[in-house]
Amino acid sequence: MTESLWDLLLRSLLPIVGGALTGTIPLALLSFALGLVIALGVALMRLSRIRVVSGIARVYISIIRGTPLLVQLFVIFYGLPSIGVLVDPWPSAIIAFSLNVGGYAAEVIRAAILSVPKGQWEAGYTIGMSRGQTLVRVILPQAARVSVPPLSNTFISLVKDTSLASLILVTELFRQAQQIAAFSQEFMALYIEAAVVYWVICLVLSSAQSVLEKRLDRYVAH
Amino acid sequence: MSPTDPLAPEPADAIIAAPLLTARGIRKSFGDVEVLKSIDLTVPRGNVVALIGPSGSGKTTVLRSLNGLEVPEAGTVEFSGGDVVDYSRNPTKRQLASLRDRSAMVFQQFNLFPHRTVLENVIEGPVQVQKRPKAEAISDARALLERVGLGAKADAYPFELSGGQQQRVGIVRALALKPQLLLFDEPTSALDPELVGDVLDVIRELATEGWTMVLVTHELTFASHVADTIVFMDGGVVVESGPPSEVLQNPREARTKQFLHRLLDR
Repeated sequence: MTESLWDLLLRSLLPIVGGALTGTIPLALLSFALGLVIALGVALMRLSRIRVVSGIARVYISIIRGTPLLVQLFVIFYGLPSIGVLVDPWPSAIIAFSLNVGGYAAEVIRAAILSVPKGQWEAGYTIGMSRGQTLVRVILPQAARVSVPPLSNTFISLVKDTSLASLILVTELFRQAQQIAAFSQEFMALYIEAAVVYWVICLVLSSAQSVLEKRLDRYVAH
Repeated sequence: MSPTDPLAPEPADAIIAAPLLTARGIRKSFGDVEVLKSIDLTVPRGNVVALIGPSGSGKTTVLRSLNGLEVPEAGTVEFSGGDVVDYSRNPTKRQLASLRDRSAMVFQQFNLFPHRTVLENVIEGPVQVQKRPKAEAISDARALLERVGLGAKADAYPFELSGGQQQRVGIVRALALKPQLLLFDEPTSALDPELVGDVLDVIRELATEGWTMVLVTHELTFASHVADTIVFMDGGVVVESGPPSEVLQNPREARTKQFLHRLLDR
């Protein structure tokens, strides 16, 4: 019995890790990259002096943060078809996760931009730079350093949240575990195995975060 | 184009040197507080104008109005041969840029870019804004750094430098732009006393080389040596202005005397 359980865990490791490599990780990476682009745009809109523009960004952030990710995912995958818009599982997941990251990370990026002293903007202006040039060459590199820890949290959360994509039929880590569990009836063992694989991925990400923080350390005064 | 009134009185030294920069009627309020009540300022080419006065007198705000870091409610700023930038008519980005193209600023808090090396700080403007060839900008920058005694620090990051060294980099970053006008905003106020001298030496040297400068400072002795014109401000107005021998040695106005006494009594 124990023998065959170990055997089962060992045999299911391949599809579970495979699900991580072909589902969880690409889903997380792609959604995070797209999410950051959205977040930067939303953060800049939120900082705009034009009320309508910052208002739109505010409403967007409020909706994303005020509704469950699972509901957002279901609205896109199960809701949209009823008004005639069919989206496949993978694009649905990427759209939902990117929009979600966009909302959360926008606040992180906004705070990071605001944390850069006003004198840095002024130094940019007085050497002749435009607002955009100062933003890109002076402010964002410094804001990036500040936002690494909170954005790492966002990314690690996202990696775990991609398990929700199993509910819209994306074959990723957790869905693989579910299928093997249902077939073998070893729910406890397989869900713990899935949990361990998530945990290992997040451990790797955490150490990547500290390496990145150290490398960016020169961006701050000591 | 320029609405200069030929009958408007010009300061005496403007006859000797043509004004590089003329500011008229600069007014600025922060909320209900009127910090500048119609300030006129003429900066002759090659001259050093020092703005002095008690804190809160508005001298820094005047300086920052000259390059549009502060946008006053009214008043004009004009470089000779340039547009008249009229603050009462919402100056365009291009007009503010034209003020900044001709001037460069040295800040009280240095405001070096912490994520770039000393050399990168200095060439940022020449390369990114003025589109000068990078190799040329680098060799210019190295020569300037050498001049202020920081040739060996080109590859250091700002946080590795003392305050005095950072401020000299700040000055070099301004010089590298080859501006017509240098603006100094209390350049030594954030420095430890023993580091002030090095920075003042650099500024004094620039003055003797003929750079046109406007300087906000608390260093009265230094100002009296280096400035052609002292402008004493208090409560948002220019109380008195003229050569150091008049304003600092023989002040006419009671408020100037009071201010100088208070400083000397310390």
